[in-house]
Amino acid sequence: MSVIVILIIASILVAIGFLTAFIWSVKSGQYDDTYSPSVRILFDDTAPKKDLAKKPK
Amino acid sequence: MLVPYCQQLKTKYMLQAETHTALQCYHCGETCADDHIHLDEKFFCCDGCKTVFEILDENGLCNYYDLEQSPGIQLKIRNWGTRYDFLDNADIAHQLLDFSEGNTQKITWFVPAIHCSSCIWLLENLYKLQPGIQYSRVNFVRKEVMLTYDSSQISLRKLAELLATLGYAPKIQLDDLKPDNGSQKKKLSTEEKKLYFKIGITGFAFGNIMLLSFPEYLDWVGTDYQNFFGYLNILLALPVFFYCSSDYLLSAFKALRAKTINLDVPISMGIIALFGRSLYEILTHTGAGFMDSLAGLIFFLLVGKWFQSKTYQSLSFERDYKSYFPLAVQLKQRKGQGSKSTSSIPVTDIKKNDHIIIRNQELIPTDSILLSKDAFIDYSFVTGEAEPIHKRQGDYLYAGGRQVGASITLEVQKEVAQSYLTQLWNNDVFSKEGGTQKQFQQKVARFSQYFTLVVLAIAFGAALYWNFTNPAKIWNTFTAVLIVACPCALALSMPFTLGNTMRIFGRNRLYLKNAEVVADLAGINHLVFDKTGTITHPNETKISFEANQNQGLSPEQAVHIASLVKHSTHPLSQRIFKHLNIQNLAEVTQFKEIPGKGIKGKVGGVEVSVGSEQWIKGEEFAPQNVAQLQTKVFVKLSDEVVGGFVMQHEYRQGLGKLIQRMQSQYDTALISGDNDAEAERLKSFFGQQSILKFQQKPADKLAFINELQQEGKQVMMMGDGLNDAGALQQSHVGIAVSEDTSSFSPACDAILDARVFDKLPEFLKFSKTSLKVVKMSFVLSLLYNLIGVAFAVSGNLSPVVAAILMPLSSITVVSFVIVTTNALAKYQGLVIGDTLSKN
Repeated sequence: MSVIVILIIASILVAIGFLTAFIWSVKSGQYDDTYSPSVRILFDDTAPKKDLAKKPK
Repeated sequence: MLVPYCQQLKTKYMLQAETHTALQCYHCGETCADDHIHLDEKFFCCDGCKTVFEILDENGLCNYYDLEQSPGIQLKIRNWGTRYDFLDNADIAHQLLDFSEGNTQKITWFVPAIHCSSCIWLLENLYKLQPGIQYSRVNFVRKEVMLTYDSSQISLRKLAELLATLGYAPKIQLDDLKPDNGSQKKKLSTEEKKLYFKIGITGFAFGNIMLLSFPEYLDWVGTDYQNFFGYLNILLALPVFFYCSSDYLLSAFKALRAKTINLDVPISMGIIALFGRSLYEILTHTGAGFMDSLAGLIFFLLVGKWFQSKTYQSLSFERDYKSYFPLAVQLKQRKGQGSKSTSSIPVTDIKKNDHIIIRNQELIPTDSILLSKDAFIDYSFVTGEAEPIHKRQGDYLYAGGRQVGASITLEVQKEVAQSYLTQLWNNDVFSKEGGTQKQFQQKVARFSQYFTLVVLAIAFGAALYWNFTNPAKIWNTFTAVLIVACPCALALSMPFTLGNTMRIFGRNRLYLKNAEVVADLAGINHLVFDKTGTITHPNETKISFEANQNQGLSPEQAVHIASLVKHSTHPLSQRIFKHLNIQNLAEVTQFKEIPGKGIKGKVGGVEVSVGSEQWIKGEEFAPQNVAQLQTKVFVKLSDEVVGGFVMQHEYRQGLGKLIQRMQSQYDTALISGDNDAEAERLKSFFGQQSILKFQQKPADKLAFINELQQEGKQVMMMGDGLNDAGALQQSHVGIAVSEDTSSFSPACDAILDARVFDKLPEFLKFSKTSLKVVKMSFVLSLLYNLIGVAFAVSGNLSPVVAAILMPLSSITVVSFVIVTTNALAKYQGLVIGDTLSKN
């Protein structure tokens, strides 16, 4: 057989890889909530500005 | 960029507020009253907001305020007291927990207050605030927070109280206790996930088959490869046919077995014809088959299904009485007669003759007898009657009432499931799946029948014709007609039009249970309104002072009254205070509040009393009729009754105009559980020809709707309370009007945000428009079918033609309906942008 058969099989395998990735992402709940991750990624994990807020009362 | 909707809205509110005063609460953004609290150059509207700020400040969580401006939630109730006591009950706690192993426990709570990114941030940083919380995660779409905590360090109850103090009170309902609740929720989400899987797999197959078929379109392939490509196509199409299209095939099969025809029947005929013929052609090496068309067809169909299936996850359309009831009540132990200990038990465990304690603002869970001396029961929830009813010792209290005032003790007469209120749910309406037969579905069913018959007639006709002219082409044309007449575009036009209409409604704050409600809305010709809470504002009242002598209140008297009522937290006192609107208050001495009666005190040497008629005027004025016409609060100044404040419910703005507009097209009726005190005023709104019914029990309302339907009318019911639940269920379209869409609303087809109540005519009009769009797109897709059939009967349907015609028709029909509905919505005054979508 010619090389195209190998190429096509390879390409389909790659596509199946993506399909599996998609199915996995659905299964693991990544489509359950599409809003909060978009916000969560922007939260700084730095120490909060304690000194600024704490002024002598 | 952290500027989500919430902030835009908040800024909008702030701009509005700034015209009055510049002071805004740092925590919740409310305009501060004159008695604001000042701390660290920040202003707070109340102690509650300040406390939350202090808690966050101490724990270094002030980031909360940096993410959004004034993200906090104002605390309406500050003292949680024993509200979450029931969480100490191991039985209840166990049923609520998702997971429990040793000390590690997991729980998911519905928190309606979640509204912006600050909320997410704070709730996910709870572990910084409270040791023992290990992990918390917010699902913003569902407004849920999932917490993992160490029960040796913090109890479930403490956890709930912590959330509540921060303003994120979890909503825990009797529904949550059902043992199968978790699995039900899961089932729903697996159904959704299955659709995602199917779309993914079909999309994958569609793409690859197209790629493999492409050389075939252009005649580039030699015979060696053709077979290879063909077998590969079959392989790819197998999961598409057997898994992804199963919904359509099964639905068609079921319909045929029930001897009916739905739109899935012609679709399935097309799918089977496509698959069968392609299989035959490839295996016999007679052609390339139509596998690409098959995958494409199913792909578009599934996408349409997904588009239509959008639901509002944080809203619930299925609530029954269980959602309203408290989870647990305080049971008075009677074993040792002397000891007065109490414990909380789940309401489902209440037995006859138990003694239970109902606190202020709690619902009476079941029919019972009052043991305490007095009680004021607010039945607005069940009957629609606006004002609390005074009950005495020994009176029979029906379930669903809300106690206003001090705690009361009751003796239970019936179990929860058998009470007067829950009987409504035993009505047949609630057991019937889907309720009444919908007009539009019938039309679609009839159309499908004709369509299928016509397709079959053409297919057989073509086969018959070729039978005489060229018998070799019989099989070819017969299957080609079935393939090309497959109503793919037709099947897409409805989900996309209705789905898009539903989205547009959602952006305008009318939330539909599903897209079919649009079609039902369009068929309506009779509108029925509930009164209390639906056409009136539940929280706003019009206050006027009725003086005994015709002189009104002198400014001095007003100051006296305002100074006194300022000291009371009773809602009526606060309303009066707001109404009087007086800045310079006098000092009050000997202030005394007598629960259920009124308040008194000395202001500037004058004795002032404000309270109920009976208390102010003396026992002989005990009201004869328990259902009073309006609420009246009487005022006595140094032994002279000067008059009283009358409070009337305020009707929603523009009600009269709204009803007039609707009456040109619809019949209207009003049906209220309240008394007919306002009949005259309502007649001025509704005109003479409308039916106005008063003092209707929940079952009467249901019967009234049923009566109208017997006359052949398509009824839309608008209500708000549990008392309307039967009517909402019985009507063709039941719309619940709600001030706060995430809180209470009975089972219904749609939830309308009370702020857009005046847009009702636009919604109704647009539902009709959207059905017109469906019809237009039907015509368009039938045209495509006609072209396809012309190819098919002549025996010229090649894979290339099918591969072009099918996606082309689908895409044009879909874009046609989306563009048209959006344009028409804009034209008819509805918002189509994203501006109103959140909150």
